Amino acid sequence: MTKLRRKVYMVAGYNTISMGTGRKEFHPKKPRPDLEDYIKEAGQAVLKMIGGAKNVDETVIGNFIGALFNRQANMAAFAPMIDEGLRYKPAIRVEGACGTGALALATGIKSILAETAEVALILGVEVQNTVKAMYGADILAAAGWAKERKTGHAYFFPGKFSDRSKAYAEKFGADKTRAAMAKWYQNAIENARLCPTAQEFHNNTNDLIACGMNKPNPKGFVDSLNFFDCSKVSDGASAIAIVSEEGLKRCGISKKDAVEIIGFGQAEEDITKPPADHTKLSTTKVAVEKAMQMAGITKEQIGTVECHDCFTIAGIMATEAIGFAEHGKGPDFVIEGNTSRTGSVPFNTTGGLIGWGHPTGATGVHQAVTIWEQLTGKAGDAQIEIKPEKPYGLTINMGGDDKSLVSIVYKRAE
Amino acid sequence: MNYTEKLQNVSVLGAAGKMGSGILLLTAMEMADLSLKPENKGKHFVLNAMDVSSEALLGLMKYVKAQVLKAAEKKIVGLRDFYADREDLINNSEIINQYVEDVLFIIRPTTVLEATYESSVIFEAIKEDPALKVKIFKQINENSKTKPWFCTNTSSIPINELDSKAGLNGRVLGVHFYNPPAIQKLVEIIKTDKTEADLVEFANTFSKNLKKIVVPSADFAGFVGNGHFMRDALHGIKEAEELAKKYSFTEAVYMMNKISQEYLIRPMGIFQLIDYVGIDVCQYIMSVMNPYLKDEDLHSSLLDKMIEIGVRGGQNFDGSQKDGFLKYDKGRPVAIYDVNKKSYMNIADFQAKCDAELGKMADSVKPWKAVVGDKGKDDYLKGYYNDLKTLKAMGSELAIKYAKRSKEIGLKLVADKVANNYNDVNTVLLTGFFHAYGPINDYI
Ligand SMILES: NC(=O)c1ccc[n+]([C@@H]2O[C@H](COP(=O)([O-])OP(=O)(O)OC[C@H]3O[C@@H](n4cnc5c(N)ncnc54)[C@H](O)[C@@H]3O)[C@@H](O)[C@H]2O)c1
Repeated sequence: MTKLRRKVYMVAGYNTISMGTGRKEFHPKKPRPDLEDYIKEAGQAVLKMIGGAKNVDETVIGNFIGALFNRQANMAAFAPMIDEGLRYKPAIRVEGACGTGALALATGIKSILAETAEVALILGVEVQNTVKAMYGADILAAAGWAKERKTGHAYFFPGKFSDRSKAYAEKFGADKTRAAMAKWYQNAIENARLCPTAQEFHNNTNDLIACGMNKPNPKGFVDSLNFFDCSKVSDGASAIAIVSEEGLKRCGISKKDAVEIIGFGQAEEDITKPPADHTKLSTTKVAVEKAMQMAGITKEQIGTVECHDCFTIAGIMATEAIGFAEHGKGPDFVIEGNTSRTGSVPFNTTGGLIGWGHPTGATGVHQAVTIWEQLTGKAGDAQIEIKPEKPYGLTINMGGDDKSLVSIVYKRAE
Repeated sequence: MNYTEKLQNVSVLGAAGKMGSGILLLTAMEMADLSLKPENKGKHFVLNAMDVSSEALLGLMKYVKAQVLKAAEKKIVGLRDFYADREDLINNSEIINQYVEDVLFIIRPTTVLEATYESSVIFEAIKEDPALKVKIFKQINENSKTKPWFCTNTSSIPINELDSKAGLNGRVLGVHFYNPPAIQKLVEIIKTDKTEADLVEFANTFSKNLKKIVVPSADFAGFVGNGHFMRDALHGIKEAEELAKKYSFTEAVYMMNKISQEYLIRPMGIFQLIDYVGIDVCQYIMSVMNPYLKDEDLHSSLLDKMIEIGVRGGQNFDGSQKDGFLKYDKGRPVAIYDVNKKSYMNIADFQAKCDAELGKMADSVKPWKAVVGDKGKDDYLKGYYNDLKTLKAMGSELAIKYAKRSKEIGLKLVADKVANNYNDVNTVLLTGFFHAYGPINDYI
């Protein structure tokens, strides 16, 4: 697909709070909102903005692994719970590990392109604080190849990205890599403090760099990452509507409140194979290239990026995968401040996975909501300036260790 | 000494008690960790959990299971290596459950003393009764096939006395854990001039493997920890009795408890600490220590009176605090016992008056919690004590007197050669009593 055969828009985004440690409301032993609550909150908020359930042709629910966290499968059937108006309408649940959210978006985009829907409600949700971290690690390990679980680290995914971080540090310098990871953490928290739904919104630590510089403790955790390098365990949901030109009219939404999807790219890599090069996000690179090619834009035209920083090192590698920095120069790019909110291309302006939170199945949708907010001027305190020569937003959502990728290019509709 | 061999058959006496349960837990995990080492494949490890109370043993197993689960969750990174060759164990959850099983399967709860006759090491944590300890040691020693080592947890009885009365010939050592053993980092090791060197080496290795901080103490009743605590407590009690001449008894107790906590920046006041340990236990330890002390009478008739009335403090099995000098609501003191009226008086009714009597506190005072982990606390405390000295209020003067007495007690423990040096005394108070600073300091 070189070009979208039809105009596709996103409108009416909504994020619940990303709940987990760090939020004042969070207490591990006290009752909390559950899947149903988050689905209703996000779903109903979007329906309200688009004129109600009657306007919706189809619902897509993204959820990674409620079957294990919540003993719940068949999640599409939660759609009619959001609103009775969705009863007997089509709904589908998609899954691609932490890349689930953007796969839900891609599914919606394709429905619009296929003209099987003019308005699709897209919702991502995950509730993960139901188990302690060491058991959550077992569940999340399903995003990797199950046959590798036995030889993997107790904290399986931190283990995978610790290997990447180690390889990167060995090849390009440990001090520089660590300093960039600390800087990434600082940016993430500073951005999250501007977004009331962010998990780190209440974070008031003074010296964020000092946190980021903490020496990893291989005995208690992994070799090359500290806790601050990792996104936290989060509960939450995000939702947005994907609509056609006709859908916009049906919902009565003006173009200034919409973003247009200019291009998107999907790429899948073999889950049974280790990364060919631990210092690169090769699949990410392919997905971004496809999206940009479809959009017909260059990286210089990108005004803001939401990338998949499940770990600080993944954020740094993403700057290289997009092409902002040469291989080995991502840390310099970050340390120089290019990715901070006042830099040449602000990344993760509401905190990203590390600062805003990572309710896995919701993350891809959350990224789209953030870009929609930024490009339409709805980002509140987190609003950045979108310059006319750089009008595009880019998202990258990743499932597993650079396995299931979706990248999307957005622009404010006109 | 073959460390592993010694730990293949162990008994804990009084295993269901406060101290015994913790010692059992730690020993069981140490034995399980040994059994999981590749070189120990096929070796059997047995840990007898011996106690006279069958009911308490049931509670013990539940406690141990919950605690091992917690510990296993914490050390899952290392456990995955332990079980690397077990192909059937894939998830953390499976490995954690297996470890809990492996620890529990080592433990054999029993009410029968004969079960201990095959053990190479006996940890003893039965109640603080010299005659009972001697009787049991003697019985095991005479019937055992192994010439076992005895590690006693006594808080106050001289080890030498246990050795000679039970005829153990140097096979006994004081291995004094602090309450609760699973959490407290300190272990005092008390050898006699007869204690076998191998046994001392064993206890040192064992304590280190349990990640404890070892402080050696001379074999003198009370050792370092209670040597300080009992005298410190007696000072607090005497000061309160003095104040009670001018104020009511409950007011006096309130004031000294406040002085010893807030003014001295300690984790709890002295009366709360006495309650925590148990009024009866304190009374008893003093009575065991007292005969060995020459120029000193370590005895409090106030404690006797409380016991007589039946107010004892101490803890419930779940670790919650029983009422003693103070009455507790969710762990916080809310009232004080009046020995004359034989009832509790609400602190709120006299707190303001007492605080006014004590006078202004130093502006620089901070709660213990804020000081204990502070890296710059040495400078802070110097400044704080200087402020205290300039205040000239009743409270600050009582506090300085208290701190001086605490230091004097510490110095005497070294002068009497109970502790090897000042540092050891301070380590005991820092780690065994969670003080923010050692009593031997130059702040006062
Ligand atoms: N509690 C503390 O703070 C503390 C601290 C350090 C040392 N100690 C010492 O540890 C020892 C135990 O104290 P504790 O506080 O755990 O007491 P405890 O009363 O909680 O436990 C004693 C246990 O011994 C059992 N027991 C009694 N007679 C027995 C017998 N003949 N055979 C086998 N078991 C018997 C009891 O059933 C009970 O479970 C004492 O010597 C005490 O001085 C206590």
